[in-house]
Amino acid sequence: MSDSLLPEEFADLEPFAARWCIPGEPARYTARLNSTMADMQAFYDAAFPRVRDAMAYLDQFRLDELPERAENLLHLVYSFVMVSLPVEVWHQPRVIDAGTAYFDRYLEPAP
Amino acid sequence: MARATKSAEASWTDRYPGLGTGLVSYEDSISPEFYELEREAVFRRAWLNVGRVEQLPRKGSFFTKDLAVAKTSVIVARDLDGRVRAFHNVCRHRGNKLLWERTPKEETSGVCRQFMCKYHGWRYGLDGQLNFVLQQEEFFDFDKADFPLVSVHCEVWEGFVFVNLSDEPSQTLLEFLGPMVRGLEGYPFDLVSERYAFKADLNSNWKIYLDAFQEYYHASILHSQQQVPSLRSFESGFKAPHYQIDGPHRMVSTGGWKGVPRHMLPHDQMYPIEPLTEAGLMGPWQRPDIPELDPANLPAGLNPGGLDPWSISNFQIFPNFVILVYERGWYLTYHYWPTSHNTHAWEMSYYFPRSRTASERIRHEVTAVISKEAGLQDAGTLDGTQMGLESRVIDKYPLSDQEIAVRHLHKVTGDWVQSYLRDGRGVRA
Ligand code: FES
Ligand SMILES: [Fe+2]
Repeated sequence: MSDSLLPEEFADLEPFAARWCIPGEPARYTARLNSTMADMQAFYDAAFPRVRDAMAYLDQFRLDELPERAENLLHLVYSFVMVSLPVEVWHQPRVIDAGTAYFDRYLEPAP
Repeated sequence: MARATKSAEASWTDRYPGLGTGLVSYEDSISPEFYELEREAVFRRAWLNVGRVEQLPRKGSFFTKDLAVAKTSVIVARDLDGRVRAFHNVCRHRGNKLLWERTPKEETSGVCRQFMCKYHGWRYGLDGQLNFVLQQEEFFDFDKADFPLVSVHCEVWEGFVFVNLSDEPSQTLLEFLGPMVRGLEGYPFDLVSERYAFKADLNSNWKIYLDAFQEYYHASILHSQQQVPSLRSFESGFKAPHYQIDGPHRMVSTGGWKGVPRHMLPHDQMYPIEPLTEAGLMGPWQRPDIPELDPANLPAGLNPGGLDPWSISNFQIFPNFVILVYERGWYLTYHYWPTSHNTHAWEMSYYFPRSRTASERIRHEVTAVISKEAGLQDAGTLDGTQMGLESRVIDKYPLSDQEIAVRHLHKVTGDWVQSYLRDGRGVRA
């Protein structure tokens, strides 16, 4: 039994798992603001080609019965979504012209 | 009837002669005195949406809603007959806030058989009747029947729970909503119940922030990054092709940027995450396979301008409640709850059909993340608008035809305050 976080099909993403398997959007948003662009670009570049595979893999399971590693993979994809705008659009961790605005996502579906 | 640009004869504003076309004052958004009037004239008289029936799934379900603008909190509960009721969240004994959990300053929700006060343990039924008084024999000439919770007028429309804080509302909820808003009736809100909810404390008057969500004139500038760099242009101002006003309410519909729905753009005119996940700002590309969400089955009142293509209908329900319905099978709501003349608590909720698979859920997440980023730009900028207005360097401002809804909100708010003053009702101390 290895102590990997992700399903073995996604071993290539394991180096990013400890940092980016984050449940909850508020924590993902905080991780984004506390990351450098280099960190996010590296994660984005590694994850981008695997997102479709991850979606297909996750769709084998019932959404409310995801095994633990599959759920980690889902959270990793959510983090990919979170860093995609800094990488693709803003070229910085914060939204341009958003000042200090902060929206607290206090309710979201699980997982 | 396709109409990607407005027809030659049309000025939307001219269709509503009462609005005028003159310069507009935003004194109503910077004056503490006006705010005190507005609390009484608007927020204690209008029907206010405080939630949805999905928040009350069974008998005994309840939630509290704090209404700082009316200096009260209400309890909304489903009673033993299944009826939704509302009460002021105040104990009849010595005025303690009846229901709270972590602190009295925060809202709470749950399921219970009766409401018990944390102070001396008085208990009330879900119908508001006082059921138990500790050492009742110690009280004088006391009859429990004389001390029910103070009820609040409460009605439900399409699953949206509204309260009215006046002693006797001058209109029923349906009369208040009127035909344009009631055009939404029949939309399957109950099937679109996967909710992502956000809140923020914002440093602007509630109307100033609402204004940013009722015109699309600013979209190509403040949200220029919604287009990939090659498409950004100051010339390509976004024109929403349909505006409508009914009583105190407004609606705006759009047909997509330059009349093309976002998911039908060439892929090089999108950000890579959009084709990768098949989702974006306007929602998941694939409309869910739910017959009730098929455009052919949607209520005609959802797209009253008959736009084709149609992307969004944005209903602004007076005073502070907005419903945006997207063609791709989801909707969102905004609420703007004043906390002072220059601050408000803002709430946003996205509602999608329940995900059946992880990839559906991921597409919802994509939309929820991208859409929020645009809202952050509005929020960041609106602090600056409030500061500029409060400088009082300028007292009157122009509004374009595309900003008709902004003109209307300030006009209606002023009209409600004027009518309140004409009724000879002073501001409550
Ligand atoms: S104040 Fe509620 S029981 Fe005394
Ligand atoms: Fe905006």
